[in-house]
Amino acid sequence: MKFGVVVFPGSNCDRDVAYVTRDLLGQPTRMVWHQDTDIADLDVVIIPGGFSYGDYLRCGAIARFSPVMQQVVEHAQKGKLVLGICNGFQVLTEAGLLPGALARNQDLHFICDRVPLTVESTNSLWTQAYNPGEVITLPIAHGEGRFYADEATLSEIEDNGQVLFRYAGENPNGSLNNIAGICDRQGNVLGMMPHPERASDPVLGGSDGLKLFQGLLEKVVALA
Amino acid sequence: MTATSPFSPQEIAAEGIKPEEYAEIVRRLGRHPNKAELGMFGVMWSEHCCYKNSRPLLKQFPTTGPRILVGPGENAGVVDLGEGLQLAFKIESHNHPSAVEPFQGAATGVGGILRDIFTMGARPIALLNSLRFGSLEDPKTQRLFSGVVAGISHYGNCVGVPTVGGEVYFDPAYSGNPLVNVMALGLMETPEIVKSGAAGIGNPVLYVGSTTGRDGMGGASFASAELSDESIDDRPAVQVGDPFLEKSLIEACLEAFKTGAVVAAQDMGAAGITCSTSEMAAKGGVGIELDLDKIPVRETRMVPYEYLLSESQERMLFVAHQGREQELIDIFHRWGLQAVVAGTVIAEPIVRIFFQGAIAAEIPADALAENTPLYERELLAEPPEYARLAWEWSSEALPTGTTAGIEIQGNLHSWQDILLTLLNTPTIASKNWVYRQYDHQVQNNTVFLPGGADAAVVRLRPLEGQGSRGAGEQGGVNSLSGVAATVDCNPRYVYLDPYEGAKAVVAEAARNLSCVGAEPLAVTDNLNFGSPEKPIGYWQLSEACRGLAEGCRELATPVTGGNVSLYNETFDTQGNPQPIYPTPVVGMVGLIADLTKICGQGWQGVGDVIYLLGASITTLGASEYLATIHNTVAGRPPRVDFDLERRVQKVCREGIHAGSVRSAHDCAEGGLAVALAESCLAGNLGAEIHLEVSPTQLQRLDEVLFGEGGARILVSVVSTQQATWESYLQEHLGQNWQKLGIVGNTDTDLAVLTTDNQTLIRVSIEEMNDRYQNAIARRLAL
Repeated sequence: MKFGVVVFPGSNCDRDVAYVTRDLLGQPTRMVWHQDTDIADLDVVIIPGGFSYGDYLRCGAIARFSPVMQQVVEHAQKGKLVLGICNGFQVLTEAGLLPGALARNQDLHFICDRVPLTVESTNSLWTQAYNPGEVITLPIAHGEGRFYADEATLSEIEDNGQVLFRYAGENPNGSLNNIAGICDRQGNVLGMMPHPERASDPVLGGSDGLKLFQGLLEKVVALA
Repeated sequence: MTATSPFSPQEIAAEGIKPEEYAEIVRRLGRHPNKAELGMFGVMWSEHCCYKNSRPLLKQFPTTGPRILVGPGENAGVVDLGEGLQLAFKIESHNHPSAVEPFQGAATGVGGILRDIFTMGARPIALLNSLRFGSLEDPKTQRLFSGVVAGISHYGNCVGVPTVGGEVYFDPAYSGNPLVNVMALGLMETPEIVKSGAAGIGNPVLYVGSTTGRDGMGGASFASAELSDESIDDRPAVQVGDPFLEKSLIEACLEAFKTGAVVAAQDMGAAGITCSTSEMAAKGGVGIELDLDKIPVRETRMVPYEYLLSESQERMLFVAHQGREQELIDIFHRWGLQAVVAGTVIAEPIVRIFFQGAIAAEIPADALAENTPLYERELLAEPPEYARLAWEWSSEALPTGTTAGIEIQGNLHSWQDILLTLLNTPTIASKNWVYRQYDHQVQNNTVFLPGGADAAVVRLRPLEGQGSRGAGEQGGVNSLSGVAATVDCNPRYVYLDPYEGAKAVVAEAARNLSCVGAEPLAVTDNLNFGSPEKPIGYWQLSEACRGLAEGCRELATPVTGGNVSLYNETFDTQGNPQPIYPTPVVGMVGLIADLTKICGQGWQGVGDVIYLLGASITTLGASEYLATIHNTVAGRPPRVDFDLERRVQKVCREGIHAGSVRSAHDCAEGGLAVALAESCLAGNLGAEIHLEVSPTQLQRLDEVLFGEGGARILVSVVSTQQATWESYLQEHLGQNWQKLGIVGNTDTDLAVLTTDNQTLIRVSIEEMNDRYQNAIARRLAL
C-alpha cells in the first residue's frame, strides 16, 4: 500500500507520519510537495499536522488552494483514501471534503495533552482494527480543534454514523457532540484532531494509534 | 587630533556608548564616525554582543573535553554523541524584550536560539525554557507570565520543535524584570559542521530569509541597559517574529547546506546586518563589502543606520562558493523566501557598506567584533553587608516544632499543612498550566512527558536517509540512544552565596540528568545578573562565575557557550535600582545509551522499597520552607560536596541501568517531604515512610522534612532486589544512604512517621493533587 504525505510550507508532522508508515510499518511512502500535480501512484494520501502557510487568515484556508489539493479532491472522488490529521483535518474541511469546521478551542489556549477517545464504530476501514466501543488514548496538540457544524449537518453526520472518534473524558476544546474525528459520507476520507502517529511507537509509551494504520493494511490484504 | 565631534554627548549616549569608548572609536578610525558607524559600534560594543564586562570571568570556564567538538565562540556548542551523532545546543536570554512586550519578546527569543542551532547545520529537536517572574498574585506578573507562555507556545508550536522541559520560578525579585531564557538542541544533519568565518576572496555574500524593516532597532543596546518606567516607550526595540517563515527557513537552510555550496553561515540576531557581516569577516580574517541597495526591504525610505541596526527576524547571511549562488537562491525561492547576492568577500579586513552608490560605513572588522573593549573591575575585598547579615541567621531564630507541627505567631501549623502549602506554591507546584500550551510531542521523539521525570528525554532518531532505507523496504529504525536535557538555577542560593550557589546549580543540573539515567556531558550557561558597574553586582557575577567554573570542572561538564544578560535591574518610580537575584542558569545535556534503561520520578509499583541516597544533613538556610512559611530569605545555602555528589549520581545511574532503580527524583526545593509528595503524584501511588527521628534526637523536624541539601536523590527499587541493592549501596556510599519505606497503592496516603510511630504527615493523593496541579491556574483565575 503506497502512502503519500503532503508537505505544505509550515507542515510540521510530515516526517512523523512518514516515520510510522515507512519505518514502523514498512510501507512505500513518499513526500508530496504542495505544488505536485501527479499523485496517481498513491493509495493513501495523508495531510499531516502543522501550520500550513502559517495558518494565516484561518487554519487550512490557504492550503486548500495549493495545486496538490485539486489532486487530493480527485483522489477522494475516486473513492481512494485520504486522512487529515490535526491541521490536515482543518484543511479537509476547508477543501469541502469533510463537513463542519474547526474553531478556536473553548478556553482560547493551545492544548497539548493525551486524551481518552471512544472508537464509535468499527465498521469503517479506518477503525476496523479496534474493538467496538474501545476506549483508546491519543495525543492532541491544537489551538483550533473545536468541531462545529450547523444543526442539520450535525444530525446528518450523526445519523450516517460518520463520527468515528469521540472524546471520552472531559471535552478538551468544546467540540460539539464531543467529536474528535469524522469521515465523509462514503467513508474513504477521515479527519481527526488527535494524532495517531504520535501513539504508534512503543518506545514513546503508547501504540493506540498504530492500529489505525494497521487496519488499512489488513484491508488491502483482505482485498488481495 | 580631529575636528570636534559631529555628535552631542546625548547622541553618543543614546547609542549606549560611553565617552571614553567614543574616544577609542575616533582613535581606531582615525576620524569621527558617521551616524551609521556610530550605531554599529553602539550595538557591537554592547555587553549583549561583546561581553565587555564578563569576558575575563568567562575565561575561567573549562571548555574542552573528549566529546566537545565545538566550544564557545560559534553560534552554538557541539558535542559528539557517538555512532556518528552530533548534538548542537545553546541557551539564550530574551529578558528585556519580554519585560516590555511579553508575547513577541518571548516568541522571538525562541526564534533566535533556533537559528543559532540550524545555522550550524543541525535540525532543532527540542526546546527548554527557564522563566522567572514576580509574585503570581500581582496582576502585572500575571500579564507578563501569560504573555510569555503564549509567545513561546505561538512560536515553538508553529515552528514544529517540541518544548520538552524547563523551569519556572516566581519571586518578587523579578517583578519588574522577568527572565526568559530559552535553550535549544539540534541534531547535526549536514556532514560538516557549518561555521561562521567568511573565507574565499571574491566569494559572494548572500542575504537569505525574510525582508528587512525598522523593527527591533537597536535591540542589543536596549538589552544592555537597565529597564525604567520609560522602557515601555522602547517597544520598537522589540522584534516581531514569524514562526512560519522560520520553519521554511530551517528547511531551506538545511537543504542549502547539504549542497556543499555554502562556505559559512551566520544568523542575524542582535544587531542584524552589522553583527553578521563584522563577525563573519573578523572570524575569517577577511573583509566583506555589502550593498544595502540589494537588501530586500519591507519598508520604504530606510537609511543606512536603519538597515544596519534593524533586528528584523528570520534572516541569515551566507558566504557561498563562487558560481554556485544560483543553486542556493533557487532553494530559498522554492520555500518562498528571499535570497539575493548582496556582497562579496574581500581581502582587506574591513566591513564596507555601500548605499546608493556611495560608501555608507567603513570599519575594520575586528574593531567591531573581536578587538572590543574590556572592563576588568575590582572585586570587593569582603562579601557585601547583605550577605554577611544573611549568613548570621541560624535555625535557632525559628520556633521549635513538635510532632504535631510548629507554632508560628501563635498559630499551630501541622507538618502536613505545611507540605500542602509548599505544594501550592507556584514555584514548586506543577507547571501543567504552562506545558499544556506547548506542543511537547511534535517530531515523535519525546520519551518523557513534562512533569514525569527530572530531565527531558528525547530519542535520537537516525538522520534522514541514514536510518530509513526508502520506499518498500523495512526501515532501519529505532536507534536506542537518546539525549537528556535540563535547565536549572536556584537563584535564592546564588543570591545568598554566589560562589556556593553557583556550584549547587551545576550539581543540580547534573543530578537531574543522572535521575533519568543519563551521563552528563556538557553545559551551556545563561548569566542573568544586575549591573556589573556596581560593586555588589560585580561581586555576585564574579563569585558565581568562579562557582560555575569549579562545578563544571568537578563534574567534567565543559561549557560550550552561552549568553550573558546584565543590567537586569528596574528603576522604581523613586529612581532606586532594584536588581534581580543573580541567576546563572545552567543548561546541561546528557547521553542515554539505551532508552530502555531510564526512569522517571514517579513510583512504579506497589511494594517497591524507597531509599534516600546521599547525606542526611540538610539546612534550612536559603530554603523554600524558610522563604514561604517563615517569610525569611537568609542563611547559607547548602554546601556542595563534589565527591559525594559524583558518587551518589553514579550509584543512581548504575541502579537505573541495572534495572533495580525504577524511579529517581532529586530532593530540591521543599526538601525530602516535597520530593516524596512529587514521586507519589507522578506515580499516582501512596507511600509509607519511617524516618529515623525519635523524641530524644536533636535535629529539628522541619530540617528533616523540608531542609535542603545537595547530593540527595530519592529512589524506589524493586523489592526482590532489596538485598543486592543494599549491599551495593553499602559498598559505594558507605553510610550515605537510608531506607525510608514502601510504595503503597493508589488509595494509600503519603504517610510519614517517626521511629516511635508518631505521625508527622498523613495526606491523601487527591488532596496533594488538588494543591499541586491547580496552584497556578487558581491564581490566574482570580
